[in-house]
Amino acid sequence: MKAFLILEDGTVFCGNSIGSDREVISEIVFNTSMTGYLEVLTDPSYAGQAVVMTYPLIGNYGICTEDMESDRPWPDGFIVRELSRIPSNFRSGDTIQNFLKKYDIPGICGIDTRALTKILREKGTMNGMITTHVYQDYAEPVKRMKNYQVTGVVKAVSCEKKYLFPSVDGKNRDRQTHAGEGRRVALLDLGAKKNIARSLTERGCEVTIYPGYTPAEEILAANPDGIMLSNGPGDPKENVEIIREIRKLYESDVPIFAICLGHQLMALATGADTYKLKYGHRGGNHPVMDLATKRVYISSQNHGYAVDPESLDPKVAAPAFVNVNDGTNEGIAYVGKNIFTVQFHPEACPGPRDSGYLFDRFIEMMGGNQ
Amino acid sequence: MAKNPDIKKVLVLGSGPIVIGQAAEFDYAGTQACRSLKEEGIQVVLLNSNPATIMTDKDIADRVYIEPLTVEVVEQLIRKEHPDSILPTLGGQAGLNLAMELEESGFLKENKVRLIGTTALTIKKAEDRELFKETMEKIGEPVAPSDIVEDVEDGLRIAAEIGYPVVLRPAYTLGGSGGGIAQNPEQCHEILENGLRLSRVGQVLVERCIAGWKEIEYEVMRDGAGNVITVCNMENMDPVGVHTGDSIVVAPSQTLGDKEYQMLRSSALNIITELGITGGCNVQYALNPDSFEYCVIEVNPRVSRSSALASKATGYPIAKVAAKIALGYTLDEIKNAVTKKTCACFEPMLDYCVVKMPRLPFDKFIQAKRTLGTQMKATGEVMSICTNFEGALMKAIRSLEQHVDCLLSETSSPASTEAGNNGYDFSGLDEERLKRQLAKVDDRRIWVIAEALRRGISYDEIHEITRIDPWFIDKLAVLVEMEQALKTEPFTEGLLREAKRLEFPDRVISRLTGIPVQQIRDMRYGAGIRAVYKMVDTCAAEFAAETPYYYSCFDGSNEAEAGGGKKKVLVLGSGPIRIGQGIEFDFCSVHSTWAFAKEGYETIIINNNPETVSTDFDIADKLYFEPLTPEDVESIVDVEKPDGAVVQFGGQTAIKLTEALMKMGVPVLGTAAEDVDAAEDRERFDRILEQCQIPRPAGHTVFTADEAKAAAKELGYPVLVRPSYVLGGQGMQICINDHDIDEFIGIINQIAQDHPILVDKYIVGKEIEVDAVCDGKDILIPGIMEHIERTGVHSGDSISVYPAPSITPATEAKLVDYTEKLARALHVKGMINIQFIVADEEVFIIEVNPRSSRTVPYISKVTGIPIVPLATQVICGHTLKELGYTAGLQKKSEYIAIKMPVFSFEKIRGADISLGPEMKSTGECLGIAKTFNEALYKAFEGAGIKLPKHKNMLITVRESEHEAVVEIARRFQKVGYRIFATRGTARVLNANGVKALTVRKLEQESPNILDLILGHEMDLVIDIPQQGAERSHDGFVIRRNAIETGVHVLTSLDTAEALVTSLENRAKELMLVDIAKVERR
Repeated sequence: MKAFLILEDGTVFCGNSIGSDREVISEIVFNTSMTGYLEVLTDPSYAGQAVVMTYPLIGNYGICTEDMESDRPWPDGFIVRELSRIPSNFRSGDTIQNFLKKYDIPGICGIDTRALTKILREKGTMNGMITTHVYQDYAEPVKRMKNYQVTGVVKAVSCEKKYLFPSVDGKNRDRQTHAGEGRRVALLDLGAKKNIARSLTERGCEVTIYPGYTPAEEILAANPDGIMLSNGPGDPKENVEIIREIRKLYESDVPIFAICLGHQLMALATGADTYKLKYGHRGGNHPVMDLATKRVYISSQNHGYAVDPESLDPKVAAPAFVNVNDGTNEGIAYVGKNIFTVQFHPEACPGPRDSGYLFDRFIEMMGGNQ
Repeated sequence: MAKNPDIKKVLVLGSGPIVIGQAAEFDYAGTQACRSLKEEGIQVVLLNSNPATIMTDKDIADRVYIEPLTVEVVEQLIRKEHPDSILPTLGGQAGLNLAMELEESGFLKENKVRLIGTTALTIKKAEDRELFKETMEKIGEPVAPSDIVEDVEDGLRIAAEIGYPVVLRPAYTLGGSGGGIAQNPEQCHEILENGLRLSRVGQVLVERCIAGWKEIEYEVMRDGAGNVITVCNMENMDPVGVHTGDSIVVAPSQTLGDKEYQMLRSSALNIITELGITGGCNVQYALNPDSFEYCVIEVNPRVSRSSALASKATGYPIAKVAAKIALGYTLDEIKNAVTKKTCACFEPMLDYCVVKMPRLPFDKFIQAKRTLGTQMKATGEVMSICTNFEGALMKAIRSLEQHVDCLLSETSSPASTEAGNNGYDFSGLDEERLKRQLAKVDDRRIWVIAEALRRGISYDEIHEITRIDPWFIDKLAVLVEMEQALKTEPFTEGLLREAKRLEFPDRVISRLTGIPVQQIRDMRYGAGIRAVYKMVDTCAAEFAAETPYYYSCFDGSNEAEAGGGKKKVLVLGSGPIRIGQGIEFDFCSVHSTWAFAKEGYETIIINNNPETVSTDFDIADKLYFEPLTPEDVESIVDVEKPDGAVVQFGGQTAIKLTEALMKMGVPVLGTAAEDVDAAEDRERFDRILEQCQIPRPAGHTVFTADEAKAAAKELGYPVLVRPSYVLGGQGMQICINDHDIDEFIGIINQIAQDHPILVDKYIVGKEIEVDAVCDGKDILIPGIMEHIERTGVHSGDSISVYPAPSITPATEAKLVDYTEKLARALHVKGMINIQFIVADEEVFIIEVNPRSSRTVPYISKVTGIPIVPLATQVICGHTLKELGYTAGLQKKSEYIAIKMPVFSFEKIRGADISLGPEMKSTGECLGIAKTFNEALYKAFEGAGIKLPKHKNMLITVRESEHEAVVEIARRFQKVGYRIFATRGTARVLNANGVKALTVRKLEQESPNILDLILGHEMDLVIDIPQQGAERSHDGFVIRRNAIETGVHVLTSLDTAEALVTSLENRAKELMLVDIAKVERR
């Protein structure tokens, strides 16, 4: 079946429908990772967005369920150049075609994803529509697109009840000792990728996952050794209530480590500002420099907003990581506090694992081995 | 960190002559690195024995030495030039080995020269099998169970312990020389014996066979601060068991999930960190397709063929960055040369698919075994880029120039299918034999798989037999299904569009649909189905890039914009490196491009060889990485609308496109297309010769074997038979009787011939070669070259001496006169290459090439005349006079330069090594000196012929040469050789007072001639075989065994005489010549 991707600037791409054939309007963003399409699809940070994969051949290794970063896919739509006819991997249990259908995710294939990416790069992230309907006149759908806003997404992706993350003991062959044996971590789920909790449990932590809207008091009452703020979707400034609770967490003396949205919310909670990037950073090749050591790490990234380093109060917060490509802020160390936050994704999945050592640092912040 | 201020003068080691396993990639890496060093104000001293390289130009390095790559020469050079540092990681295994020897001997320390780009310990950790294993174990990186052995007995014991099959890998060899997979003790014994001999340190690794696992490679980089990145990963379509140089390789990996991708990426970064490499490194993995189990196969702590491929596949200039790191810069301090906005400390993201295919020499060695294994056999490779795998594969297939342009073969000679050695058509095999063919691991496997798919053999079964991942099999199936659709379905616009998306050439679509090509083309243009061009930008369009590096596809919008203003010239490259068309044509293409730029042209290069300098994105104003076929070129012409194209620098590949360019309306700059054709068309050329009154060996143009025999009868045997429009004497043979003619014409006709076959009288004489530049009026002849070997040996395989040592002034005048007459008659504008035979005082012409030639780079360097730039300027309309040159034969250089062919016979099992009219050498080196003898000695040294060792030699020559061999044998005896000879030869030698011990023939009982050779006590075999097809099987066996035992074999008495001359005149200390100081006289 023919499908169309219509952008709010009036550009139309014609391709073939994949997944669901229902019509959807969403914010169109691109990801440059060459592997990890399932991790991308199941990353809750993509809620409210439709993802373009810049790598043209998608679905080659099928669906390996244990690689899912949450229990279901989140993007509103999936845009690719070509889907593989057959999956080939010893772990694959399904095809990507079935997966998209099963979860009713609309998508389009057979379009020039590079041309699309260039439009998004030049004009910035914009809204668009994936549809199988043949419009005679684009004015009406474009008008609808222009009205679309990504809202309420954190609420949509966060878990509803707190729960203990199942441990993965014995599964990690690389690590003989668990540096964080017994450390209890409260993970605030703003749309958390599973591998954040997994990275902690692999290091011996006991991880309790809290819904994003949990009051600070409740978390602090459980007396955790550390608090982890997760990644998540949407405009950080929208989360006024959560920011208020995070302020309280900031004021406690509990060590805090935050990733992505968590990093932005902590900045907002301490008086700094965030802004929307022209087209965001989504991929697995971004160099970030640790300003303390001047070492550069290749990182996995997925964010459309960033913390404005100009807005940091030097008495409160100091930049700790910077993006080597465009100089944007990639991490903050909080002055006089046991708080450390990063914009990129040390939990990888998909992407390089080079900054996984930050979880070790978090465990040291909590006092290390018990 | 910043640049180390103590580094001021760096010695860069090149990799020497092109051999299998060490090709143009090191010229690319070396050239890029030298430019990168000079950019930093570093003085570069360059050593490389290969004169056809760009790195040995005085524009690239400050001091250039084209001298043998031996320890003695490097030591002498260091004492002469006093570099403070030596950069050995760019010259392949040859460079690395040299550096190691100097380091181990303490010479570098003594002379205060530091190794940069690596340390001795790093090299050892990566290259020494035992140490490597220990290092990997230390950081928990798995390697296949293995052990190092130093003798055969030990090897057999270990192999039995590990369990057959086992892989055997000699330490410190290139291209996996001498390695292999042994299924049983007998095979193990054979490979071990050979491998132990070839290893520099006499070690062979015996390893668990992981054949059938996925073979994955990572190109990683590290700087002195410890920052690490991955440039690219690659997946071999052929599973472990086939050398990666012989595999079809795809970038990035296709069948790895993020878990596998990151697992191996992290491993590669751990390894480069532990080895402490500062620069680039290649890590090869075997990955179990049924689990996460993997093992490290090999680490190359230097730039390599794979790193060249990774650079071209991603746009990330590994060698350039490696050179900067060697100077002390960190990755984040180095700019990304592609985006110019971001830094080198990032990982390229591809939004396309890259396929590399090997160029194998089986068209030259038709008797050779086509089987692929752990020993590399490819002489070169092609790369292609597309938005889908199928398209990239289709483009790669036609880039190979192997007379096949899709998965269906046009040649369906039943004989070839029967013989199973030639051709790509397997439709004649029944199912059982087809499956047997599937099990054979050779270079035609994808064609066999395609045939299996056509027969309905299941993916599972094909996968079971070949172990090729089903994903790739499915992609081949997509292509096979498209063939079927084109054959059977209505030919709609939609079908055409899809066929083009999969990169089916119009020619193939025409063949399958039966619709004429022109009609398909019209339909395509009418429907707007045109190739569009996308940019290789390292970042999947995330950042705006300026790099003018393009590939085509049919599914999208065009990004390549034709620039305005300047005049535009299309420079056609020479495609993959193969025997007969080597790196020298890349040298010419690049120099021509630079010269056009100086003339104010916008330059556009089309080429498909990832190993070369010409496909570096900053050589021309624009680079199109595309096949060199008329249709692919036309698509580029449509976009660029060039003012002209130049074909005379890209070898026969470019020349072949002349006619097509004319049809497209693109003016061929320089010699007109019409005249190019006149030089190649026998009858037209004969008329020109008649007009100029230049004699040539009598000959005829024929199409059939019967006509050829009639011609031969009239001319009298022996005759030379060859197809017209050939390169490297392909299909050229000396025939001594009717039987030979039948056989050779049969071989020639296996490939459909558009052009006639030539039958010429074979004249014995001296071969002379001349390159000249003509501006339409005046002709400049830089020099005259004479071949050591008499006619009958291909010019590319002959030792070539400049200036010609043995011609009389009268002959010289005749040569100049003929050259001038021919250049004028052919209206040459630019380059011309002519080969002559001089028999007594008579001069015959054998061949005229209206283009640049193999000898141009070396003649340029020794005479100081920049021949290619000069020819380019002439093409642009300048006259030689206004460029400051006087016409005619130029004054001789103060130096004698001898070009020595270098062969890769030991790599190609089953190939006959005897020299003849068909070219067999893969590369060349140069000996340059003030005297003939020193130059000759250097040339032999450079070619790796280091004598004497045991001072034993064997002579077996055909009867007609018995007399001639006596004096040569006497001279060898005089320099201390003990001579063994077969009965007839021995009798003649002894009768003439040369003591020779008689050895038994092959079929006689032991000890016979073969035992003597295999006993490792021979330095040299002189074996002059019979001419014609009736070569004795004995001779073949002797020559093969000698080559595989590491014994030098000479099959021409002329070469033997040259060698003994060189041995008689060996100098204690060589005089090293700085080519950069050679000025035109």
